[in-house]
Amino acid sequence: MEGLLADLEVVRKDFPILGRTTADGLPLVYLDSANTSQKPQVVIDAMVDHLERHNANVARAMHLLGAEATEAFEGGRDKVAAFIGAPERDEVVFTKNASEALNLVAQTLAFEGPHRVGPGDVVVTTEMEHHSNIVPWQMLTQRTGADLRWFTFDEAGQLDLSQVDELITERTKVVTFTWVSNMLGTVNPVAELTRRAHEVGAIVVVDASQAAPQLPIDLAAMPVEERPDVVVFTGHKVVGPTGIGVLWGRRSLLEELPPFLGGGEMIETVTMERSTYAGLPHKFEAGTPPIVEAVGLGAAVDYLAGLGMEAVHAHEQAITAYALEGLATVPGLRVLGPLDATQRGGAISFELAGVHPHDVAQVLDVRGIAVRAGHHCARPAHAKFGVQSSTRMSSYVYTTPGEIDALVEALHYTRDYFKVG
Amino acid sequence: MSAELDALYQEIILDHYKNPHHAGLRDPFEAEVHHVNPTCGDEVTLRVHLEDGVVRDVSYDAVGCSISQASTSVMTDLVIGKPVEEAMTVHEVFLTLMQGKGAVEPDEEVLEDGIAFAGVAKFPARVKCALPGWMAWKDATGQSMTTTAQGGDDD
Repeated sequence: MEGLLADLEVVRKDFPILGRTTADGLPLVYLDSANTSQKPQVVIDAMVDHLERHNANVARAMHLLGAEATEAFEGGRDKVAAFIGAPERDEVVFTKNASEALNLVAQTLAFEGPHRVGPGDVVVTTEMEHHSNIVPWQMLTQRTGADLRWFTFDEAGQLDLSQVDELITERTKVVTFTWVSNMLGTVNPVAELTRRAHEVGAIVVVDASQAAPQLPIDLAAMPVEERPDVVVFTGHKVVGPTGIGVLWGRRSLLEELPPFLGGGEMIETVTMERSTYAGLPHKFEAGTPPIVEAVGLGAAVDYLAGLGMEAVHAHEQAITAYALEGLATVPGLRVLGPLDATQRGGAISFELAGVHPHDVAQVLDVRGIAVRAGHHCARPAHAKFGVQSSTRMSSYVYTTPGEIDALVEALHYTRDYFKVG
Repeated sequence: MSAELDALYQEIILDHYKNPHHAGLRDPFEAEVHHVNPTCGDEVTLRVHLEDGVVRDVSYDAVGCSISQASTSVMTDLVIGKPVEEAMTVHEVFLTLMQGKGAVEPDEEVLEDGIAFAGVAKFPARVKCALPGWMAWKDATGQSMTTTAQGGDDD
C-alpha cells in the first residue's frame, strides 16, 4: 500500500503496549488514538531517566540537580518550539492540557487590557468544535456581555464559509476554530479564515489538538497575515504524556494579555500590595510546572520529527483511505464527515443502523478492538446529524492495514450478532 | 468470545431492546423528568401516573444503548400496577444486583426479566447503562407523590 511508513513493523516495536494481549490472548487493535496516543519506549525512558537521575525543581534550585532539571525542562520547550516552527521559543507556554490553554486565552480576554472583550463585541467559534473550544468562549461572552456566534457546517462536514462576511465584522474580536475536527475529521482552511479575521483586527485562536499529531506545522513559514495568533495542542495525543499542554502565542499578544494564574515563578517582584510579572513564557506558568512531562513531550516530538511529519501525514492518509473503503462495505454504516481521505484527518466517526454505538464498542472490545463510543465531547456536531452519539475509530503511526481489516470484519460480525438487516 | 458477549446480551435484553414495553409518552401523569448521561449522551424523558398510592402508568421516550433501553422496558413491567412502596423495594433489589459486581444471586420472584441484568453487573463500564430509567422513575415518582399530596390538601 502506498504512503505507509516504510518501517511500520519497526515503528510498532517502539510502542511496548502494542505487544500486549487481551485477557483472551487476542492481539490488541488500538483504534482510539484521537482520544490518546500510545507512547514509544523513548518517551517512557526519557521520563524514567529524568526521575531517576535529574529530578529537582526548575529555575529555583541552585544546585547540580536543579541546573540539570532546568536544562531538561527548557530543552523540552526548545523541542516543542522546533516541532511547530515557532518564530520564538519563548512564545511556547506549557499548560496542563489544551483545555487549560484555551481557557488561558478566553479568561484573560475578560481582564483589563488592550484586548479586553466587552458588551457588543463578537466572539466567533464553529459548530464542529470539541466542547473545550465552545465552553470557555460561552463563559467569556456571558461574563463580558459579548455575543457568541458560530459557523455551521454542511452535510459533507465542511464549514459554511458563506457566513464569513456576516460573522467576521469590525465587531469581531476573536475567531476560534479547530484545525482538524476530532469528530468529523474535517481539515479547516486555517490560512483563509485567519486572513479574513486579521482584516478586521480579530485575534485568531486555533485548536490544533488533532492537527499537531498528523500535520506538519511550520508557523514561522506562514505569511504573517495567515498565521494564527494562538495555536494550542495537548501532549498526550502526540505520543507524549498526559498532564502537559502547549500554548503557542504571538509574542506581542502574549505580552499584552494580563497574567492568567498568579503564583510562584510568574513574578518579577512581590510586595504585600502588588507584584510585577515575569517575562514570557514564565508569566503564564505559575507554580511548579509539569517538569517530567515536558521532558517526555520533548522526547515525543523528537520521535515524531524523526519519523518525519510528512511521512506521518502520508501514513495517516493511506490508512484513512483504506479504512473509508473498508467501512463502505458494511451495510447500514454511515460515515459522519468528509469521505475524501486527502481532505480529512484520521478520526472517522460513523453510525451503524440498528446498533447503538455503545453496543458496537462493546462487541469490538470483546474482540480486542478499542474504539470510542459516545459524543466525543462534540455534542452540537452530533445534534447536527440528528444523532446522540457515534462510534469513532482513529488511527496513528502504528496502525496497520491488517488492523483496519480486523475492524471491518468485526463490524460485519456486530451486525450479525444484533441480527440487523 | 461470544460466550462473554452472550453473558452481557442475554436474549431477554435483546428482546426488550427490539420491542420495548410501555414505550411512548402518555397522559395522564403527575410528573415528567428528563435525565441525561453526560458521558455518553443517552437521554430519557419519563412520566409517572400514580393513583391511590399505586403506580398506574410509566411512559417514556428514550435514546440509548440496548442495555439502557431494555432496562427501562423491564422496569416498567416491574413497577406498573404495584403500590409505590413495593415498587421502591423492587428498585432497591435491582440496584443491589447491579452494584454487586456479579456476586449477587438475582431473585427471579422479585426481578422477573430483570434477572437478565445479572450479567451486566460483571461489566463495570456498562452498569451505569442499566440505571438511568430506574433513576428517572424514582425521581418522577417522588415528584408525583409531592404533587398528589399537594392536590390532596386542596380538596
